[in-house]
Amino acid sequence: MTRKLLTGNGAAAWGARLALTDYIPAFPITPQTEIIEDLSIWIDKGEMDARMVTLESEHSMITAAGSAASSGVRVFTATSSQGLLHGMEMVYTVAGWRTPFVMINVSRGMSSPITLESDHNDIMAARDSGFLQIHCATCQEITDSVLMAYRLAEHKEIRVPAIVNLDGFYLSFTREPVDLPDAEKAAAFVGEFDPENLQFKGSAPLSQAMAVLGGGPYSYFRYEAHLAVQHALSVYDEIADEFADTFGRRYDIIDNYQMDDAEYVFVMLGSFATKAHNAVDSLRKAGWKVGLARLRIFRPFPKEKIRQLLKGRRAVAVIDQNISMGMGGVLHSEFATALYGMKDAPAVLASFIGGLGGRDISQQEFFEMINEIKQASDKGESLEPRLLYTENELTEIRKLQAIAHAEHEEIHQQRDG
Amino acid sequence: MIEGTPVHFHRMKDMPSSHLLGTGTPMCAGCGGLETLHNMYDILGEKTVFVNAAGCMTLLSVYPFTPFRGGWLYTSMASAPAGAQGVRDAMDIMIKKKKLPEDENMEVVVVTGDGSAYGMGMSATSGAMDRNLNFIYLCYDNEGYGNTGQQYSAATPHAAITSTSKGSHGYPGFKKDLFSIWAAHHPAYVATIIGAEPLDLAKKIEKLQGMTGPRMLISLAPCPTGWDYDPQLSVEIGHLAVQTGVWPLKEYINGKVTHTKIPKQRKPVEEYLKLQGRFKHLFYPQRDEQGIAEIQARIDAYWDNVTE
Ligand SMILES: Cc1ncc(C[n+]2csc(CCOP(=O)(O)OP(=O)(O)O)c2C)c(N)n1
Ligand code: SF4
Ligand SMILES: [Mg+2]
Repeated sequence: MTRKLLTGNGAAAWGARLALTDYIPAFPITPQTEIIEDLSIWIDKGEMDARMVTLESEHSMITAAGSAASSGVRVFTATSSQGLLHGMEMVYTVAGWRTPFVMINVSRGMSSPITLESDHNDIMAARDSGFLQIHCATCQEITDSVLMAYRLAEHKEIRVPAIVNLDGFYLSFTREPVDLPDAEKAAAFVGEFDPENLQFKGSAPLSQAMAVLGGGPYSYFRYEAHLAVQHALSVYDEIADEFADTFGRRYDIIDNYQMDDAEYVFVMLGSFATKAHNAVDSLRKAGWKVGLARLRIFRPFPKEKIRQLLKGRRAVAVIDQNISMGMGGVLHSEFATALYGMKDAPAVLASFIGGLGGRDISQQEFFEMINEIKQASDKGESLEPRLLYTENELTEIRKLQAIAHAEHEEIHQQRDG
Repeated sequence: MIEGTPVHFHRMKDMPSSHLLGTGTPMCAGCGGLETLHNMYDILGEKTVFVNAAGCMTLLSVYPFTPFRGGWLYTSMASAPAGAQGVRDAMDIMIKKKKLPEDENMEVVVVTGDGSAYGMGMSATSGAMDRNLNFIYLCYDNEGYGNTGQQYSAATPHAAITSTSKGSHGYPGFKKDLFSIWAAHHPAYVATIIGAEPLDLAKKIEKLQGMTGPRMLISLAPCPTGWDYDPQLSVEIGHLAVQTGVWPLKEYINGKVTHTKIPKQRKPVEEYLKLQGRFKHLFYPQRDEQGIAEIQARIDAYWDNVTE
């Protein structure tokens, strides 16, 4: 084991290297690009026995990832936001091929307006595709999750691709110490890729990804894929146990912090949970029974675990770094679905939308969220969904709007006069 | 080239007598695209993986049936060449890492329609040529989005009636010169072919089997359903496409374009046009002399510049 100071992107590249990936179809996009740059350097130096090909788009990249995995090699790829959505037709398609491979998504807000900063709308768009989703909060977790993702994706009873998600900037460019798993141990943990029947060879005719006629076979194959994805929940625990035995680090489906006696709970995904972590510490010091539940595995959705975890809690604040236009936070809806009809469900399940386009969530805001859900639960009221946004920010945007308006007027006057 | 004893196609009797592609496919009777695929497959042999884009041929493999003796992978409308990239690279990696014996290697062949090749799939095709991908590409060109009901595509010829150009003058645009666009990438090989000229087709397949890199084929694919004619006329229309000079048979190698069959005495284009319902408005209710003359003039202008 070696300890290295790595960015989230570096940690992702190390995951691919330690998993002995054979093939890397690639395409640049900020904030993911460093991953493929690192890999290409290692390949050029002969430190990694893999082939990397830069395609002309993510649509092609994901096609090549799927078709190579369908031909028997271990595949790694990476993208972000616009790239993920540009390839979305193929995200669904290759998941339907039941091809195991691992793709990193470095979360970044979707256009428009165009931004480079972190946000979860990109990864939410892949929610229903059939890819597994593991969400990371630290650089260490990224390397480790890539290794576990291969085990999960390639498992005989699962066989679907997996996305390992990390937040742009907050993780992709942040350096943290990472204990790199020993190369031999990592190789033994991941094992050889067994393509099973996914392989073209001259002596064995094989048709893959064929059309079906009618809703009967279509429903059958779609539901089979759904069951396989769901099955990953039970398989995951075995893999996490083995990982903990081998490397001494344990990762649960839900990463719980101070949850044992918590009455008020933050629910979230990704690296912003480290901010919530600090807020929980402060609130605990002030005598509040607050906890944090960070979902690591988002697909399959651990519905039962969530029900057990939140039973009897007084109030929950779900923080969504995404927004489903015309509906609100995606995670919030999913939690509402999971908890609906459960005896002793928390009376308050509040929705907060925050951290869009890399906007910070301050400690003060965490305190206020807890305060609000506590008051609502004390009064027996429910809470309207809220966007985390300060007066100051509103003043700033009003100033920008005033400038834009003035410029517009000036141009018109020049044109008319 | 994957394997096999060299066969030389000089005469029709040199052509394969057994046929590889299974029967009972859902293609229309008289489908020119299928005719080309049949001819090609017999020469390429079983060790072939077809990578397909959305189009009529997608329905060749419908679960649980397939007419192929080798491999088949359906991708999407835009990305079949990228699918071929993944399959080719994976096979090369497996052979190099000794996970696949060399005699299990297969030729990777992209099969798409014109809609994909001339439009949505063009960037993926261009990328595959940039990367010098070792593959064969067959575009069967039925001059429209056939599978969705023959709307016009960038391959539709001037004046053709399609489901989205039903006006009295048909399609106002002009067929895009995909051959030149492909050749501008300097791939190993580009050729035009047609199922109705199997010997010319066989010679070209034989030639490209001896090469590596991108080997690109565009086959005019007479389409009774989309072009509105009796299926039994498919071969005749194919012959006329060549004899009138509408479909020049040619190849590109090493920067040079050579015509493989120059019609000695070109037949008037109207002989080709008048058999097809999509050009009916040029003849009924009255002859459109000017329209026909313009089409003829463009063909003549093309051949005026052909010396070899
Ligand atoms: C992304 C996408 N857009 C549209 C379609 C619908 N579609 C399926 S086949 C087809 C026509 C393809 O035309 P062409 O490539 O010429 O093949 P042909 O149908 O003529 O055989 C279209 C538009 C699709 N499958 N995928
Ligand atoms: S529509 Fe045309 S190209 Fe498509 S199957 Fe029928 S004849 Fe062939
Ligand atoms: Mg077509």
